[in-house]
Amino acid sequence: MKKHKEETIKALKATFPVFSGYIVLGFGFGIVLHSKGFGILWAFCMSLFIYAGSMQYVAVDLLSGGASLITMALTTVLVNARHLFYGISMIDKYKGSGKFKPYLIFALTDETYSLVCTEEGENSHRYHFMVSLFNHTYWVSGTVLGAAVGTAFNFAPNGIDFALTALFVTVFVEQWLSSKDHAAAITGVTASAICLIVFGADSFLIPSMILITAALTALRFIRKRKGDMKNA
Amino acid sequence: MPDLHSALLIAVAALVTAALRFIPFIIFVGKRKTPEFITYLGKVLPFAIMGMLVVFCLKNVSVTSYPHGIPEIIGVATVAGLHIWKRNTLLSIIVGTVCYILLVNFIFI
Repeated sequence: MKKHKEETIKALKATFPVFSGYIVLGFGFGIVLHSKGFGILWAFCMSLFIYAGSMQYVAVDLLSGGASLITMALTTVLVNARHLFYGISMIDKYKGSGKFKPYLIFALTDETYSLVCTEEGENSHRYHFMVSLFNHTYWVSGTVLGAAVGTAFNFAPNGIDFALTALFVTVFVEQWLSSKDHAAAITGVTASAICLIVFGADSFLIPSMILITAALTALRFIRKRKGDMKNA
Repeated sequence: MPDLHSALLIAVAALVTAALRFIPFIIFVGKRKTPEFITYLGKVLPFAIMGMLVVFCLKNVSVTSYPHGIPEIIGVATVAGLHIWKRNTLLSIIVGTVCYILLVNFIFI
């Protein structure tokens, strides 16, 4: 039992940076969601069951616009596609985690992934479970708190949904600075801008995703051929 | 407006997200190597999709009518500039959002 207590404290300490991030981002999400007419229960359910920060922010827009189920499904696939790759790299680490495994996989967000995959030394699956559970709790609490404050004070300032734009611009800049190859980032912006002009604001997401995937596939093909010619 | 369709949309987002998280553990159980094309897409897609999401957020901005997207340009520039300078995600988001709220409520009315 003493070991369990030590593990719990260690998990609390390890997740502190995520605590501050999730509470602030979750709070913003709750406020934005409330400003679109969805209250505390909606915030709670979304954070409990979807549990994917950026996707939930995108979902607010799709919800309030009454998007189709297929648009939601495809958008989720693309926004969350990176989780496939988190999973691939965690297969060995989470091997043999038994009863904890389903929850460990369900709760594998960007932040939990980055904590678990950069940890030093070997930790028990119970410790990973605590880390995942704490992070999930922070996120649900932050969003519910935001929605509650929004409801209680009827706080929905004009322009609050810019938090979403700011979040994505931040991630975009962060990715840009961390990589030397900007072809994919430029492809994403250009293809979406073209589709926005051609298809209009309400129906450009799916064409954009198709065009981006096609363009990136073509880019790989061209670069491979160039590489082959250099090697020849 | 919250309704059944909204609940279904949330269910779809939840199921698809869970599926994406579970699929690798179901498919790649053996020592089989991940196909090279999948690895490539996994590397480049996040960059492109983030660009798409920035465009998505700005989709309703009209450059032809007042205020011609100026608050958005200032807001995005603030976030990007601050982030290049400080590399602090929460700071960039909070300052950028507050700046934008002030712009649309007090300056570009």
